[in-house]
Amino acid sequence: MDFDYFTQLFFGGLTRGSIYALIALGYTMVYGIIQLINFAHGEIYMIGAFTGLIVSSVLTMMGMPTLGVIFMAAMAAVIYSSAYGYTMEKIAYKPLRNAPRLSALISAIGMSLFLQNYVLLAQTSDFLPFPSLIPDFEFWEPYAHVITSPELVILITTFVVMVLLTVLIKFTKIGKAMRATSQDQVMAALLGINVDRIISITFVVGSATAAIGGILIASHIGQINFYMGFIAGIKAFVAAVLGGIGSIPGAVLGSFILGWTESFFTGYISSDYEDVFAFIILVVILIFRPSGLLGKSETQKV
Amino acid sequence: MIVNTEIKKSFLASAWFMFLTFPIMVIKVNTVSDTIEWRWMNMVGVGVGAFFLSMLWRYLLVKKEMGGKKEKTDKPSLLQTVLGQRRFAIPALVILGIFTLVFPHLFSMYQTNIMISALIYVMLGLGLNIVVGLAGLLDLGYVAFFAVGAYSYALLNLHFGMTFWVGLPLGGLLAGCFGLILGYPVLRLRGDYLAIVTLGFGEIIRLVLENWNEFSYGPSGIANIPKPSLFGLDLSLDHKTIYLFYILVALVIFTIFVINRLQDSRIGRAWIALKDDEIACQAMGIDKAKTKLRAFALGATWAGMGGVIFAAKTTFINPASFTIWESVIILCTVVLGGMGSISGVIAGALLLILLPEYLRDFGEFRMITFGTVLVLMMVFRPGGIVENVRKTYTFKR
Repeated sequence: MDFDYFTQLFFGGLTRGSIYALIALGYTMVYGIIQLINFAHGEIYMIGAFTGLIVSSVLTMMGMPTLGVIFMAAMAAVIYSSAYGYTMEKIAYKPLRNAPRLSALISAIGMSLFLQNYVLLAQTSDFLPFPSLIPDFEFWEPYAHVITSPELVILITTFVVMVLLTVLIKFTKIGKAMRATSQDQVMAALLGINVDRIISITFVVGSATAAIGGILIASHIGQINFYMGFIAGIKAFVAAVLGGIGSIPGAVLGSFILGWTESFFTGYISSDYEDVFAFIILVVILIFRPSGLLGKSETQKV
Repeated sequence: MIVNTEIKKSFLASAWFMFLTFPIMVIKVNTVSDTIEWRWMNMVGVGVGAFFLSMLWRYLLVKKEMGGKKEKTDKPSLLQTVLGQRRFAIPALVILGIFTLVFPHLFSMYQTNIMISALIYVMLGLGLNIVVGLAGLLDLGYVAFFAVGAYSYALLNLHFGMTFWVGLPLGGLLAGCFGLILGYPVLRLRGDYLAIVTLGFGEIIRLVLENWNEFSYGPSGIANIPKPSLFGLDLSLDHKTIYLFYILVALVIFTIFVINRLQDSRIGRAWIALKDDEIACQAMGIDKAKTKLRAFALGATWAGMGGVIFAAKTTFINPASFTIWESVIILCTVVLGGMGSISGVIAGALLLILLPEYLRDFGEFRMITFGTVLVLMMVFRPGGIVENVRKTYTFKR
């Protein structure tokens, strides 16, 4: 086993994990606040990637400099994904706030189907090449054999997003309201928190991080497709459950664990069963620790 | 005044959706030739559509809220009251029976084949109905058991030359065993976790079938699976199809009979009670794990039998027939028809499978319609087309 290969896999797993983390955060936040598995979250990420592609190609054809294109594409992706997340909540989940959880979950599956096929019909079913927006930095050249500069950018962006998110949740008024709402909606409403608005904000924030993930992964892998959100969404969900759904540090931890295991598994054993492996981890974790690694175990009340 | 504000709201909704769908509906980038296609007509369509649909949406929401306040009683629908009376029910059943018997002779082979696939879905829907509708366990990997059934018949036939009639119970049994093996560890999980684990399990089965070439012949699948034979008689292809149709009709009737009996049995009542309140149920002395496991295994058995018939019908199977979306379609039939109601599930399955077949031009919109239907059903009519009427007892002094 040579060491370079190991570090490559290590950083590969880290990059993969940070992408999962960006998506998993949205799952965890939404679950924490309304106990709903937002099945369509992966589709939001896909829409982010598509919007990024469309905006960046239009701007590139208009002759904008690369840096401007990156900035505008990322902005558009974030704005549109947030808008989709917001609308989705209003249409498919808000009328079901008091319905059984099964109904909301089925509605979420329907939304996921709808968004996938909407993009399929309006755009294309083919794989679209995605321009690599992140250039290779010259100063990073000596280390590029261990971790490429796009990977570096992904890691740094993820780190920044996490810090911002932690600040938002821990230290701002909105964050406080979010935590209150996730603990007890009725009590939060009694104390003057606009619960509907807080839930919308949660969806918007979750969708925005997913969009960032979408753009980063699309430009890293180099192609996108209407179906990309599904498997990524499932895996991010696995990561969120692994760490304990509802817990934000848990989602990050779970994502890194999943990223590493997948990376090492495919690197040393076999790449055929990569997805199988992710699901097996999920099943095993859920059997032995149903509340995840960092999750609080819930006591049921009569 | 009200009209004015409503129009204003609709305008806002329409503007919002025009903004929302702008990049995806209007711009189409061709990355190969570097050209952009601007499709402004789509935007107009979205705008006008959103204007009226948002109006309808709000109207229906208001109506639903009003309706919810007015009548809280579980009143059976008109159709159910009519069919509940013996004097209508028996002739209706007789006509239905005659129609089914002569169906393959009246219509072409093509129609019979479509009907066979629809009936397979009826069976699958009824099987999933045990798990989702009665026991309230959301199973998103139902297609895995379907695959187990289909592959066990195909492989047993390939290696040991087993016939359809041996394969049918064996396939069901094997799928049931799979249900037990999977169900044992995961049924302790809460509802939504269960959904994801079963989904994962469904994908695992598909991926294993795709990659384990020595066992399942990989993505190329298994061909030349024989159709059932009638006491060793040499039947032509058409006759074999008709024969399969009758077998399927018999099986569907058998399924209906079993589920009908199950519903009112001790297990069935335990399922329904578990769905409503697990803790109260355990307090009443119902073994939670065992009861859930029974539902899971029974549902799986039906999927397995459906799989055997599917393999016999298409005579060729490969992993591509067992994707997660197949599970979603089966779930759709249950949800659309009405969870827990047998006639509802049958209606849902026939509707969802037959309509897209006859509206071929509409084919590409099939999945998007499914998605929309799922959301709309959950929002406006969570009970499905034929809402399941639960027996209620009122306390009289």
